[in-house]
Amino acid sequence: MTLAVFFGCTFIAFGPALGLFLFTIARDPLRIIILIAGAFFWLVSLLLSSLIWFIAVKASDPQDEPLQKGLLIFGVMFSVLLQEAFRFLYYKLLRKAIEGLVALSEDGCSPISIQQMAYVAGVGFGLMSGAFSMINLLADSLGPGTVGIHGDSQLYFLTSAFMTMVLIFLHTFWGIIFFHGCEHRCWWEIAAVVIMHLTVSGSTFCNPLYVGSLVPSYLVMATAAAWAYMLSGGSARNLRRFLLCLQSGASPQLGS
Amino acid sequence: MITFMNNSDSEEEPCNERTSLMSAESPPVPSYQDGRQASGAGEAQAHRKRRTGSSRSPNNIADGEMSDPGVPVRGSALENEEEELTLKYGAKHVIMLFVPVTLCMIVVVATIKSVRFYTEKNGQLIYTPFSEDTPSVGQRLLNSVLNTIIMISVIVVMTVFLVVLYKYRCYKFIHGWLILSSLMLLFLFTYIYLGEVLKTYNVAMDYPTLFLVIWNFGAVGMICIHWKGPLQLQQAYLIMISALMALVFIKYLPEWSAWVILGAISIYDLMAVLCPKGPLRMLVETAQERNEPIFPALIYSSAMMWTVGMAKPDTAARGPSQQTWDAAEDGRDNHGSSSHADSQMSEMRSPVPTRPITSLEELEEEERGVKLGLGDFIFYSVLVGKAAATASGDWNTTLACFVAILIGLCLTLLLLAVFKKALPALPISITFGLVFYFSTDNLVRPFMDTLASHQLYI
Repeated sequence: MTLAVFFGCTFIAFGPALGLFLFTIARDPLRIIILIAGAFFWLVSLLLSSLIWFIAVKASDPQDEPLQKGLLIFGVMFSVLLQEAFRFLYYKLLRKAIEGLVALSEDGCSPISIQQMAYVAGVGFGLMSGAFSMINLLADSLGPGTVGIHGDSQLYFLTSAFMTMVLIFLHTFWGIIFFHGCEHRCWWEIAAVVIMHLTVSGSTFCNPLYVGSLVPSYLVMATAAAWAYMLSGGSARNLRRFLLCLQSGASPQLGS
Repeated sequence: MITFMNNSDSEEEPCNERTSLMSAESPPVPSYQDGRQASGAGEAQAHRKRRTGSSRSPNNIADGEMSDPGVPVRGSALENEEEELTLKYGAKHVIMLFVPVTLCMIVVVATIKSVRFYTEKNGQLIYTPFSEDTPSVGQRLLNSVLNTIIMISVIVVMTVFLVVLYKYRCYKFIHGWLILSSLMLLFLFTYIYLGEVLKTYNVAMDYPTLFLVIWNFGAVGMICIHWKGPLQLQQAYLIMISALMALVFIKYLPEWSAWVILGAISIYDLMAVLCPKGPLRMLVETAQERNEPIFPALIYSSAMMWTVGMAKPDTAARGPSQQTWDAAEDGRDNHGSSSHADSQMSEMRSPVPTRPITSLEELEEEERGVKLGLGDFIFYSVLVGKAAATASGDWNTTLACFVAILIGLCLTLLLLAVFKKALPALPISITFGLVFYFSTDNLVRPFMDTLASHQLYI
């Protein structure tokens, strides 16, 4: 029973990300390096934000419940802002890397474009964020225990898995939107990403009222997905042709 | 240290024990032409140097002509190709090292988390005689520092001993030493490991089967590592013996001593490889003078064999300009029950592009391999394994250390591409690993636990 929960939650949370990794990132060494470096940047941002939270908690009265709750809210918001700041720093680093790659290549163009880097960086952030949220839960789900025996929600593992999945997707799309905003100096795109992230993190304060956190998160994900798709050159026409398995440039044929 | 494979082997070399030790790894490729060595760009932007001389001392690199990053690629298409090749080569070889390091860590972490034997305290090595069971913090710290001093001194003595042996050409002794140590790893430690795994999963195995399994495993391992064998099998064996060695260290090193030893060993690695009188550097230079490869039995190499027809190597071009690729050996003592040393090669080299395009018609694509010393594998795995063993059952710490070590390895390889000389692979990774271990365990863990208990997501 616990093994089923373990595998189920693992694949819910990390299945799509694993698919993304295997089909788009695993073949190219440069992308793997960018992925790991993205994970590293997320980790550093988490480190700094937990440092701030830790200092604040240690400096405050541990018995004061509302204060601790307030500090937690502050910690979450600060962490979100710091993650986006590190995403910006990573963008700067990748820009410099692209200049280096261009200078080193023989035909003056980089082996990887900034859009691909944006995607991979987003996946890196998402994977690390999801892993840190989910791995301890997965390890606990193997062991003996009963979910929600003290009156908490019984869907804890399942909703955590779904939340992790949506967060991984969101980080991917936010990466694309954010880098596009930085590239084209559209500051409102960057602001939109920050606001979306704050919204999603804020909505998790409704937990265990899962309808208040999962539903908005999935809606935000759908929005971000469509937006990222548009920014990457997609359009409704492209989508229709893809779904109908049409060849690009060829005359439309009935899909087989 | 990390080395790049090179092509110093020639077909004319008489087949002795050293060349046969090489054959599992290094394909005999023709040497590189002098003139082609002019462009040695790496991954960073600012090091498109034009090196015409033969020496590759760091001084040349440090204050050589650094071209402006914005300057387009000059020179012939050949050089551009080589630069691009160098770049692709760089990223690809980072991954070729990521995979075995990751595999070794996975084996160690999986064993630590499942087999209880390796986290039980059952005594200590004779190299760490001071116990850490003292009541006061100061005394414990002092004991761990003393343990570290003893351990590092033993390592230094063994390294110097090895360098002396190498200098005076006592090859038989060194080979015997290496064979003895790998015998012990492949047979005794594997037997203990298998016994503990079987105990953990409550699987019964009779002695004849056990004997057969261990005998086959060990014998094939000895052949693969010390003689010839399929490259991937050799790589697998090297990963396994590194993991076994790391598990021994995790079990027998006391808590605080382990962390202090990790820190001290990276400082030692830094000094031994970079200081002019460092033992590893002297070993490298001696091997360079003799134009010999260093013992491959203790280096992980990721080179692939290519069987494209090759032209006769140009022996005239081989000389001091040849990039040497001998790895320095670092003698380390491992288990206390025997005095064998586990040598470590930790040297990084720049690649030697070996495309004999000018004089030869065929375009060959040989895969240049990267070599990483087994000691690096061992200490990376010790760090991650200790994080898995002692971090309050927390997987986040293990994951953080893992990512930190990989990033350190990546940075080290980047530095290799820039400096193109022997570089130690331990300092950056271990520093990152230690920083992330302590900060994740003490700062991030309470934060993430609090978030998880309220089911909040950042």
